[in-house]
Amino acid sequence: MEDYKKQWNTPGDTSTLRKRKNLSENTPLSKDPGRWTQDDPGSSNGTLAECHGSDSNNPPATLLLLLVVASLSFSTRFHRLSEPSHVCWDETHFGKMGSYYINRSFFFDVHPPLGKMLIGLAGYLTGYDGTFPFVKPGDKYEDHNYVGMRGFCAVLGSFLPIFAYLIVLELSQSSTAALITAAVLIFDTGCITISQYILLDPILMFFILAAVLCMVKFNHLTQRSFSASWWFWLVMTGASLTGALGVKFVGLFVILLVGLNTISDLWRLLGDLSLSMVDIAKHLVARVVGLIILPLFLYVTIFAIHFVVLNKSGPGDGFFSSAFQSRLIGNNLHNASMPEYLAYGSTITVKNLRIAGGYLHSHWHLYPEGVGAKQQQVTAYLHKDYNNVWRVHKQDHNESQSGPPDLVRHGDIIRLEHKETTRNLHSHLHEAPLTKKHFQVTGYGMNGTGDLNDLWQLEVCGGKKGDLVKVLRSKVRFLHRATGCVLYSSGKTLPKWGWEQVEVTCSPYLKETPSSQWNIEDHINPKLPNISLSLLKPHFLEILLESHIVMIRGNSGLKPKDNEMNSKPWHWPINYQGLRFSGVNETEYRVYLLGNPVLWWMNLASLGLYLIMSAVASVALQRGFSLEPKRKEHAHVLLRGGGLLLLGWLLHYAPFYTMGRVLYYHHYFPAMLFSSMLTGITLDVLFRSADLLLRPPYSDWLQRAGLMGLLFTVLYSFYLFHPLSYGMTGPLAHEPGSSMAGLKWMDSWEF
Amino acid sequence: MLHLPLMVTAQVDLVLVLVTVLSLWTRLCHLSYPNAVVFDEVYYGQFVSLYMKRVFFIDDSGPPLGHMILALGAYLGGFDGNFAWNRIGAEYPCSVSVWTLRFLPALCGALCVPLVYLLTLELKFSHLSALGAALLLLLENSLIVQSRFMLLESVLIFFVLLAFFSYLCFYNAPSSSWFRYGWLLLCGASCGAAIGVKYMGLFSYLLLLGVASLHTWNLIGDRTVSHLSVCVQCVCRFFCLLVLPVLLYVFWFYVHLSILSHSGPHDQLMSSAFQASLRGGLSRITQGQPLEVAYGSQVTLKSSASQPIPCWLHSHKANYPIRYENGRGSSHQQQVTCYPFKDVNNWWIVKDPDRQEMMVSSPPRPVRHGDVIQLVHGMTSRFLNSHDVAAPMSPHAQEVSGYINFNVSMAAQNLWRVDISNREVESDVWKTILSEVRLIHVNTSAVLKLSGVSLPDWGFRQLEIVAEKLFKANTGNLGWTVEEHRYGTSQEQKEREVELHSPSHIDVDRKISFWAKFLELQWKMLTVKQEDSEHKYSSSPLEWITMETNIAYWLHSSSNAQIHLIGNPVSWGVANFSLLAYQVLAVFYLLRRRRGFKDLPHGVWCKFVCLGCVCVGGWLVNFVPFLLMEKTLFLYHYLPALCYLYLLSPALLEHMHTHLLSSVTYQRALCVWASAVLLSVFLSYRTFCPLTYGNPELSANELRGLKWRDSWDILYRRR
Repeated sequence: MEDYKKQWNTPGDTSTLRKRKNLSENTPLSKDPGRWTQDDPGSSNGTLAECHGSDSNNPPATLLLLLVVASLSFSTRFHRLSEPSHVCWDETHFGKMGSYYINRSFFFDVHPPLGKMLIGLAGYLTGYDGTFPFVKPGDKYEDHNYVGMRGFCAVLGSFLPIFAYLIVLELSQSSTAALITAAVLIFDTGCITISQYILLDPILMFFILAAVLCMVKFNHLTQRSFSASWWFWLVMTGASLTGALGVKFVGLFVILLVGLNTISDLWRLLGDLSLSMVDIAKHLVARVVGLIILPLFLYVTIFAIHFVVLNKSGPGDGFFSSAFQSRLIGNNLHNASMPEYLAYGSTITVKNLRIAGGYLHSHWHLYPEGVGAKQQQVTAYLHKDYNNVWRVHKQDHNESQSGPPDLVRHGDIIRLEHKETTRNLHSHLHEAPLTKKHFQVTGYGMNGTGDLNDLWQLEVCGGKKGDLVKVLRSKVRFLHRATGCVLYSSGKTLPKWGWEQVEVTCSPYLKETPSSQWNIEDHINPKLPNISLSLLKPHFLEILLESHIVMIRGNSGLKPKDNEMNSKPWHWPINYQGLRFSGVNETEYRVYLLGNPVLWWMNLASLGLYLIMSAVASVALQRGFSLEPKRKEHAHVLLRGGGLLLLGWLLHYAPFYTMGRVLYYHHYFPAMLFSSMLTGITLDVLFRSADLLLRPPYSDWLQRAGLMGLLFTVLYSFYLFHPLSYGMTGPLAHEPGSSMAGLKWMDSWEF
Repeated sequence: MLHLPLMVTAQVDLVLVLVTVLSLWTRLCHLSYPNAVVFDEVYYGQFVSLYMKRVFFIDDSGPPLGHMILALGAYLGGFDGNFAWNRIGAEYPCSVSVWTLRFLPALCGALCVPLVYLLTLELKFSHLSALGAALLLLLENSLIVQSRFMLLESVLIFFVLLAFFSYLCFYNAPSSSWFRYGWLLLCGASCGAAIGVKYMGLFSYLLLLGVASLHTWNLIGDRTVSHLSVCVQCVCRFFCLLVLPVLLYVFWFYVHLSILSHSGPHDQLMSSAFQASLRGGLSRITQGQPLEVAYGSQVTLKSSASQPIPCWLHSHKANYPIRYENGRGSSHQQQVTCYPFKDVNNWWIVKDPDRQEMMVSSPPRPVRHGDVIQLVHGMTSRFLNSHDVAAPMSPHAQEVSGYINFNVSMAAQNLWRVDISNREVESDVWKTILSEVRLIHVNTSAVLKLSGVSLPDWGFRQLEIVAEKLFKANTGNLGWTVEEHRYGTSQEQKEREVELHSPSHIDVDRKISFWAKFLELQWKMLTVKQEDSEHKYSSSPLEWITMETNIAYWLHSSSNAQIHLIGNPVSWGVANFSLLAYQVLAVFYLLRRRRGFKDLPHGVWCKFVCLGCVCVGGWLVNFVPFLLMEKTLFLYHYLPALCYLYLLSPALLEHMHTHLLSSVTYQRALCVWASAVLLSVFLSYRTFCPLTYGNPELSANELRGLKWRDSWDILYRRR
């Protein structure tokens, strides 16, 4: 029975074949539990059994290994960094945005600003003057200094294997596991390629791994709470989180990881009855400060710097409210002046008050067949445009031609005529195109002559009868006379026929919301004196909120186009299809972003292996089999360390399945980092469990042979696929003369 | 030897009987009023009709069991399927037995009430709580409305509740009895049924699996049980809870496909092989065609892409315009398009590039995988050609044309390699209907493809055909299938035209296996996307919690009598309150226990946790996924989640009564409060009854009085 039990104790034991061998060979093993620890220092990899819990084992050796990892990492990333000397792929965006920072002109992007600020800074420091236009991929840099920016990204990219090495070392206390991870990341063509160009991804991944590293270090210091190093790692975790979020919103996933880890940590502390409630409160406060307040402060600071630096008008103005635009030097709203009260006969623009709401807009196009009445479209439009201009009329047509114009008051019935097309703002009892509960709003009539459905009652929110309407400051609502509904911007994007502008409806639900409130923004009336309006300068927090809403809308607006082949999340782990960074034809210098397929498939296999091994281990623990200390240690590493990494992988991968926006292959890289680290831990434990199969001296040999084999595979596959990152010229891979001939293992690879 | 007296002792839970009777009465009385199509009956009704006529259809909204249950009701009532479900409010003719159409869902809805009663008992709460839960469910107007018509939610809720009830029976039964595995089997079966009715059943099924695996995990940790017993128990659970539901799910499709054996309106979405297996439709055309495509065959090629519309490779006597509107140039050769209707211009002839003749030799030489062919358009004799000219609408791809030699040094590139993508399953030989073929252009190794874009007026709004490099093209939709096929016998163009116009004949019979059909149908159901637009009564999930929305189901054609899906506002409030209260309590208990204060004895704590897992868990899994969905959603999607909350409320009240309130005064106060709430639940049920049953008719003022929320749409008829 004892033997029978023993063979159940084997985490990682999966095949029945092995079990059978176990029965015959395993018996002597259990008699001598001391053997592994004796053998361990001899083999280059083992430090586990005695050394767990201590921070560094054999410091000079570890340091040496770290140096080797670092030098390999830097040399692979910096090799042929300046090639190709033209704009590759998204460099056209991020390089351009770096230039905007140097030129201080305002722009808009769907990602938060930190990454581009750092790129701009790197360019500035290395002598790039911001003059290169970055028009399209393939443009030659010529004598512009671009290597500095690429070098900056490559430096951050080079830190990835180092961080991964340290994380795995911390989690598993095994330098073998750490080395496997580092080798996978150093020699992965995908990681090399993505680190070599002016992109946000290396910066993002740098901060993600930094955050994980700091978190792991911090976890390790539970015995020395509130010591200096404890505080240091806590604060560094928070700072790295800011960094990750500041580069791309994908950083939210690592925040989630750290958050979950912190919650479980706090839960553990709460269960520790030796701590008083005061201690626990201190712990809680420390984490709130370090992981919430500090990162939030830093994040806001980044935006503050962003807005301070970019003080000139640029290509991004149109996305923001006019109040915001008035801050920008060179914008036409900078120090503008206009009549103060709304008057009849004025030409105006009307802006919706929901955050990042558009201008009331119309154009010559009609609603298509089947969408309400086939009349002229009325939409909300985010950009400044001559079609946003409307003219205010009294309900009857006789306007006094001479003398000062009458002012519009609360409760007045008005008509809004679209200046360009001379149609009136109109509504009727037809369903709105998207929000079916609301009524359609159209442009109707000719030269201002329409019908009774063109009449709107103007109300100042919080006003009473007779109040004047202040330009820019009053919130107004337009109530439709005939149906009693209120002019409303639903925030939904119209399909192609509406030019992807925002839907405008007439809502029968009269509750006051920003969606149904508008303000008068431009106001031109030559008969009235202009008053210089020091526009209500928007509060910083308002700008922050506004820019976030605009960014989120921009992100969700990146819908896959019909003709474009779009990448699906399930493509990624199997390395189904890469991204072409540069070059298409035979004569061009081609770079193709594709992970080293051998390594990626190994990651995938290890993931499956991990699931099996951890299932066996946890069943063994739950069933209470008596395990040797070494196996317990393995199970612990698998379940704790591996569990954390698996969670990280899931958090960085699974959410993409629910995303509606267009997805690309490179979105998988953060998850791939976690997957590689998990590979390190899994394979290490697997090799260490070799003694389940063979008796000690042979098992060590097997272990070493396995490692050597692995290393050889990694190096050889890198040798095979390195042209993907370092560039290929000559014929394409499906032709025999190519350097990649015979390596096109999947039809979907495009090199 | 007989022992006398012979005794029979029966125990009858009178409360349960009473509740059941009341529930049957509320759900079943006047079932055939209104005698008109109500709301989604218009949608389910067409499927019922198609079942009656045994005509094939695809419904992407859910698996077939639900429709089949509705159809069973119709079948029992002798419905013959002859009713056009064209609009809500249409009167049923007297030939339609409305009562039987609605009977099964109503019965399921009625049985939910006693089931909730029993379920509360199995959660180990008192009979009083059970009665409370049953009453909440009994007096919920929205559940009554949803049960009383030919709709599926009540059936779904019934199976979900049954699954949980039988699982708990299994779990609570002493582990020695083998009888309890009967409960487990029932549980698996009802899970299978729940998923078979609506995909939404999957949420509850996953929750049940979670609970079961938690229990199994504890079982594995129980060292008093022997290894063997643990293994056996795990295997039993695995079979009953995983294998059985999957088998049942497939079984529903088996029944579905066996019933629907005739071709119908949705044929076009399916592959040719599938269509050919249906009686009528394509099989009538393809019956008797030669199986193997040979050199000289006359074929029509159907694109396997069903988006945007199924169509056939087509050409006609019209050329590409020399310049397009945007100024790009074309080859000005003959247009090749994809055309969604049967037409004589869809015929193509497979020609051997090395020979001149276009007839089938005898014996026919079949075309195999890897062979190079030319395709000749039957009516115009142009060769299918592609070249390095940008396609009209998709400039990144190559143009495909019927080759015309304009002597502009543009040589013909009309060789195509036959690549049979399913040759592992079928064979190397190109077969009619069965083989899916990719046509690869030999000169440029681009593949013939439907781009999915319609051409402008010069292309008669037909669909664009392009050739695209293989690695660029989306690999899904490149296949072409030969649909109509015959061996050509005439070499002369004039004779051939006559031949093409004549219908084809000869007999062969083809079958594809059930599994192939099942997988194809399942795949189509999951991938066919309907244009989802907002509906007048659709709502967002967050509006459901506070019931900001309602659905008008029916309005009498002349009076103000109307039926609305509106919940009982008081019960709704009770449900939300108990949800909140449970969470607060749970957090409170958890934190206290973590600090070592055991407020509750172990048994009570387990009961409390189990209650939370089932009820709050059930609410979560049935509500949260909707927040992520981009479908058009309606208030009735919330009903399953709501049922879990009604299960929770009385049990939580009992928990508070026995464990939280120490003084008798408080306990009495709670009882009084509870009965007051129950009374108001009843009153509000009475208030909304006219909108639930559509009877009696209310005046406009009374209706206005019922508009408790501004956002509700209640209809007033203008007189």
